[in-house]
Amino acid sequence: MLDSHVQNDRIAEILDAHHGLEGPLLPILHAIQGAFGYVPDSAIPQIASSLMLSKAEVHGVISFYHDFRSAPAGRHVLKLCRAEACQTMGADAVAGRIKAALGIDWHETTADGQVTLEPVFCLGLCACGPAAMVDGRLVGRCDEGVLAEVAK
Amino acid sequence: MKVFVPLDSAAVALGADKLAEAIAAEGASRGVDVQIVRNGSRGMVWLEPLVEVVADAGRVGFGPMTVADVPGLFGDLAAHPKALGLVDELPWMKGQTRLTFARVGVIDPLSLDDYRAHGGLVGLDRAKAMTKAQIVAEVTESGLRGRGGAGFPTGIKWKTVSEAPGEQKYIVCNADEGDSATFADRMLMEGDPFTLIEGMAIAGLACGATKGYVYIRSEYPVAIRVMEAAVRIARDAGVLGAAFDMDIRVGAGAYVCGEETSLLNSLEGKRGVVRAKPPLPALQGFMGRPTVVNNVISLASVPVIMAKGAAFYKDFGLGRSRGTIPLQIAGNVKRGGLYEVAFGLTLGQIVNEIGGGTASGRPVKAVQVGGPLGAWFPPSLFDTPFGYEEFGAKDGLIGHAGLTIADDSTDMLRMARFAMEFCAIESCGKCTPCRIGAVRGVETLDRLAAGDSSAIPLITDLCNTMKSGSLCALGGFTPYPVMSALTHFPDDFAPAREAAE
Repeated sequence: MLDSHVQNDRIAEILDAHHGLEGPLLPILHAIQGAFGYVPDSAIPQIASSLMLSKAEVHGVISFYHDFRSAPAGRHVLKLCRAEACQTMGADAVAGRIKAALGIDWHETTADGQVTLEPVFCLGLCACGPAAMVDGRLVGRCDEGVLAEVAK
Repeated sequence: MKVFVPLDSAAVALGADKLAEAIAAEGASRGVDVQIVRNGSRGMVWLEPLVEVVADAGRVGFGPMTVADVPGLFGDLAAHPKALGLVDELPWMKGQTRLTFARVGVIDPLSLDDYRAHGGLVGLDRAKAMTKAQIVAEVTESGLRGRGGAGFPTGIKWKTVSEAPGEQKYIVCNADEGDSATFADRMLMEGDPFTLIEGMAIAGLACGATKGYVYIRSEYPVAIRVMEAAVRIARDAGVLGAAFDMDIRVGAGAYVCGEETSLLNSLEGKRGVVRAKPPLPALQGFMGRPTVVNNVISLASVPVIMAKGAAFYKDFGLGRSRGTIPLQIAGNVKRGGLYEVAFGLTLGQIVNEIGGGTASGRPVKAVQVGGPLGAWFPPSLFDTPFGYEEFGAKDGLIGHAGLTIADDSTDMLRMARFAMEFCAIESCGKCTPCRIGAVRGVETLDRLAAGDSSAIPLITDLCNTMKSGSLCALGGFTPYPVMSALTHFPDDFAPAREAAE
């Protein structure tokens, strides 16, 4: 865990860098998550006072969007597409085998902190499904072989 | 030696980055000077990664390439096991009318010189010499309708914004392409970003808007990277500037933000909750000011309309569906990818002739047209011509022109349940029929699956409530996949009961 002063300073920098943008909250949240891997609860009052919003409004925005996390993810994040085009190519079965192999369900992290498994609804790889994203890298025609990439 | 290796997400997902490295390394080890251009995709996803080598006769294609196929590129090209011949002569390419996608896969996406050399900026230059009203009239005359799904005439939307009073107006590009089976926006942004920039600049001139935003979903990292780079290049070259400038914004994983009013809320930094209309975004949109919200393909079709004239564009198509449509053929299909063609092909031609049937080789059971909110069409409706009104008449929609092909192993009750589950996950929560109805829909379909046929009138009634009681298409159109599955595939909705009998 970062020292809280260091964290506050970094967030202040991010807030400053987004000064003057129209509708700055999403870019700010992306930048904070980029810096820390998640949006710490302690950032909420700082963001709120900077943007003259209530803490509830900032919390409401963070909790609305699937992308923003309130706690760190595992070392690797494996996203599997669950949408229709990938389903027609067997995505459900692949996801079932991957869940069994990892021993976790959607939105869970393995006990060793190695892998977080998340559903995603479409990566735009609908003609080469099932699709996956491993730590931001795209994988087409994915099967449980993708697990080798998160075992490292 | 000049080689094209796509940077397109689909090509990358199938190994294009490793291929580009391998080609560079092989060239270096052989002492051959290799120029690698990372282009967009030609749209033949089943052949990706598709590598092209420039030869005297033209660009020769090789695909689907693996790293093991790389050394062969430095030998006798004709004898290469993955050789496809001249890419422009392939049936998939020759059958198309590429207007919006004319440059995608052809040029270096981040070379403004390449863009100009292939007809780029001609439309913007012409627009600069016209009045606002003349530009609006040209776009209206072309018959261009919103390609995001709603099909609203683009020119009429522009007219409203153009004539609205206001010091500051905006052009917002909806690049939150969340529908399964759609990837045209992604391919366009990755393969020819300047076309979108030019279309937005023309929209800015037509409407008196000086500021634009492209709202791209976070699931598209490559498109975000390419668009951000293209905006910087366009700004440095003076294509963007005081008259019209734009920024890229990144979504955060909410499907509903593809709906224009929730997109505007998200852009303003709020929860992506749908707004009631009126007020129309054209009058009170981003920050309460007059705003054009157009889909990527709508805006990217404007440069060719302005360059070649409304009459040229309008000549393609059928009925009230004018111009071309980039079909996205996806799911369980032999030849999947992007195929731009005039409106009017039948669904059967698209699925069987262009797509080649299923990848699994099993019979086609159903095709979902228009994404997760579109209806499932059985083969008995394969004579439906591809057009807005034509699909509407069959209780369907063309949406963003994505097609998910499913083979006969697909359980349609399960697909109907997924539609409700997806709606429940992605509902913004504003309308009760969507927020709660989708949850009840999952439960009701589970009752059906358990053999309780009394749930059929209930699900029908629920779908009607959602249809008429939701502000936006998420709650309003989720009934399409559900009811089309129930109507066309009733056998799938009575498995447990039959088993019991």
